[in-house]
Amino acid sequence: MAKIGVFTCWCGENIARHIDVERVSKAIESLPGVHCSMNYKYMCSEPGQSLIIDQIKSLGLTGVVVASCSPHMHLKTFRAAAQLAGVNPYMVEMANIREQCSWVHADKEEATAKAIELIRISVEKLRHNRPLQPISVPITKKALVIGGGVAGIQAALDIAAAGHEVILVEKEPSVGGKMAGLSETFPTLDCSQCILTPRMVEVNQHPKIRLMTYSEVEKVEGYIGNFSVTIRQKARYVDVNKCTGCGTCWNGCPNKRIPNSFDFNLGNRTAIYIPFPQAVPARPVIDSSRCIHFKNGKCGICEKNCAAGAINFNDEDKLITEEVGAVVVATGYQLYSIGKEQSNPNLSGYGEYGYGKYKDVIDSLQFERLISASGPTGGEPKRPSDGRVPQKIVFIQCVGSRDNAKGVSYCSKICCMYTAKHTMLYKHKVHDGEAHVFYMDIRSGGKKYDEFVRRAIEQDGALYHRGRVSKITEEEIDGVRKLVVRGADTLTGKPVTVEADMVVLACAMAPTDGATALAQKLSVGYDEYGFLSESHPKLRPVETNSAGVFLCGACQGPKDIPESVAQASAAAAKVLVMFSQDHLTREPEIAHVDESLCAACCACVQACPYEAISIEEIVDRKGNHVKNTSRVNPGLCMGCGTCVAVCPSKSIDLEGFTEEEVYAEIESLLS
Amino acid sequence: MGTTEFGYYPGCALHGSSNDYEQSVRACLDRLDVRLTELEDWICCGATAAHSINQKLATALPARNLAIAEKAGCGSLLAPCPMCSMELLKAKQAITSDPAVRDEMSEIVELPVIGSTDVVNLIQVFQAIGLDAIKSKVTDSLDRFRPACYYGCLLTRPPKTLRFDDCEHPSSMETFLAELGAEPVDWNFKTECCGAGMTLCDPDTVTDLAHKIIANARKHGANVIVTACPMCQMNLDMRQADVEKKFEETFDMPILYLSDLVGLALGISEEELGINRHYVKLQI
Repeated sequence: MAKIGVFTCWCGENIARHIDVERVSKAIESLPGVHCSMNYKYMCSEPGQSLIIDQIKSLGLTGVVVASCSPHMHLKTFRAAAQLAGVNPYMVEMANIREQCSWVHADKEEATAKAIELIRISVEKLRHNRPLQPISVPITKKALVIGGGVAGIQAALDIAAAGHEVILVEKEPSVGGKMAGLSETFPTLDCSQCILTPRMVEVNQHPKIRLMTYSEVEKVEGYIGNFSVTIRQKARYVDVNKCTGCGTCWNGCPNKRIPNSFDFNLGNRTAIYIPFPQAVPARPVIDSSRCIHFKNGKCGICEKNCAAGAINFNDEDKLITEEVGAVVVATGYQLYSIGKEQSNPNLSGYGEYGYGKYKDVIDSLQFERLISASGPTGGEPKRPSDGRVPQKIVFIQCVGSRDNAKGVSYCSKICCMYTAKHTMLYKHKVHDGEAHVFYMDIRSGGKKYDEFVRRAIEQDGALYHRGRVSKITEEEIDGVRKLVVRGADTLTGKPVTVEADMVVLACAMAPTDGATALAQKLSVGYDEYGFLSESHPKLRPVETNSAGVFLCGACQGPKDIPESVAQASAAAAKVLVMFSQDHLTREPEIAHVDESLCAACCACVQACPYEAISIEEIVDRKGNHVKNTSRVNPGLCMGCGTCVAVCPSKSIDLEGFTEEEVYAEIESLLS
Repeated sequence: MGTTEFGYYPGCALHGSSNDYEQSVRACLDRLDVRLTELEDWICCGATAAHSINQKLATALPARNLAIAEKAGCGSLLAPCPMCSMELLKAKQAITSDPAVRDEMSEIVELPVIGSTDVVNLIQVFQAIGLDAIKSKVTDSLDRFRPACYYGCLLTRPPKTLRFDDCEHPSSMETFLAELGAEPVDWNFKTECCGAGMTLCDPDTVTDLAHKIIANARKHGANVIVTACPMCQMNLDMRQADVEKKFEETFDMPILYLSDLVGLALGISEEELGINRHYVKLQI
């Protein structure tokens, strides 16, 4: 026989102003199963909790309904209090009479009546509840970090520093990500490579980190604490263990005019190459799509020249399976593509800016390479068309950002800062050059950030025009090819035309092409642009809705380096919290199959978004087949209840929200 | 090739100041076995006065025409004037996206209207006929023409209503004409304003704008400007003498309709197409 206590909270005035709590308490008292009904000003406070504990102990209550705020707010608090008094925590129900009642209704009479109804259905549910025990799952204390940019490197180093093994997977031949290609960084103008390359070396040398470059995650199975990950290690055609990185092969390769994607096609590389001299590992790969040997079986100069015998033209992709307990996703970003073709059909490009048509219209990452000491021009800003040093550059901000007409409404956040940096770096190299910037607003929130932009304008003399550019055309003026940039200056209210030598488009950060496919493998959500979704924007910013999978860096949204690094350390901390225990405790509110009823129709298997249900065979003692049944993996199930809705034989149910419990609520509401 | 059918909404321009455009479109499509069925009792599309003054009127006027088209069972409606097709498409968008607007419009125009008719421009008609079908009827090469394809302000805008080509950087006319042997030039002002709307009240600004367009086409090697808009054609053609006078330059740049050039490829005479009625004579 249930002995239920109902505790109604005033929440100061939040509830009491619009709900007559005394009347509520009185009305509830007479409900079947209710042994006491009380109210108090702050039920979540220490005296409030003591009140609950005392009543449980003195009256021998078997369950508790707290009528207060949303369970998101305080369910854990009240469950803990009940447990202290010896009641199973899953015998605690909350009736939300704040967010769903007092805050949204002005009429006190109606709100009070509704509050009574809400509590009544909670009591009815509790009468059908049964005690549940938390689930315990073991943990493999090894982490997988996907993406070897600055965020992935940071996360890997932090987890490894705590003594746990890490597998760092990077799809390119070298770690370093986008940051390795940047020139200098705002707001300090320190050299990007100088900050990053020591950390790249560290991940390669760390005894706890297994670095897998030129590799991609193929498949992810399992659940929090117990993932099984299949990694495709792409054929490198170079034995990294034999190779010494001496460079004879790439220096001798006759195929020298292949656009280098690390330089965003501004510079060239050979068919056997390392993307940049400071690459980690400093081991080359052969681009089989461009190598002469793979075309006609000839050449083979690298093989002949290699003293270590490291070239292996018969190399093949390898699939490697690893068991890990946690996954950190740090796949970073790419730039919004400016030309006409868009992989996302909702976006349209900026054909009017002539990117791809005019050689001297480049994007911001290309400009980074042009002014980087390690870039194709050795840091000399030369325009791609004819190698002349541009005397006038126009920088256009918000290309692809905050532009609903082009399908992207978000602010890319970092472009105001890097554009200011670009103007400075350019002016530091071309003192008499003109740097024009077209902007919508200058968004430079951050430590020493606005000071930095002011410095670009006031000390280095960048010319800022507040307005958009409508069109760029190429015209020959006095024998020199110029880019005619037509825009508006909305502060003076006049059209502006600048005849520039080069145009740099500050394109929005967009998720990488493979990000959504990876998210699907990991059951992680993503937004309409493909940025991966965190579990809660404020309180769970590095967790995802897929337990054991964490996010950091620009795969989650536009971010600068400091933010990416901070978030990477946060993700590492979350992994370490997990790894500090030997077993994971999970909420028991998951699906449960009545195997005697299940007909193994697979409806639930197909409906489950987390791939938590599988079909298993039941055999008798002699090993004879009895029947098949579906079975829920308690580690994977997220308790969403989709399976319950589709099950035709009603053999699957959700603990804590069983059909019996939910129907009891509905019936009490209708009675 | 069998006969293809389109509903036809000429609008005021093609029955008035730009009836050479109608002549050209009809001659050209007739040769391609396209039958045009003109909407019975069509009315003004509302441009440009209505949408500046009264939103409801601006939707109701084209809605009436859409209703007539629907009643006639017209699946695709050709509106050769971009202003007309924009107004019709705007009304269609309003009607199909909001049932309340749909019901209100049906009541105002005293005919049921659900926005089921597709409204197409001249380029889309050629695309629907198909390149192969057109090429099979080509008799004359267009290889002496180096057209600057001029889309003007309305053929691609507003993009979310028209959903035709890249609104700032279109290329469908070039692709099409290149297939017929012409050599379209790459130039800068495909979608720039020609000033037609101000041609009577501010001719000075209009000559500046028209000059910018004609001079740039010439600079990029064009020997003809091709447009699919009656207003653009009239403005650039009729105002060209003023432009030449003001800027002391001679252009003699013929301004042809898209259907003129296609018609020439199909072996239709300049007289049949109405090209002889243009101000700037075609001497290529």
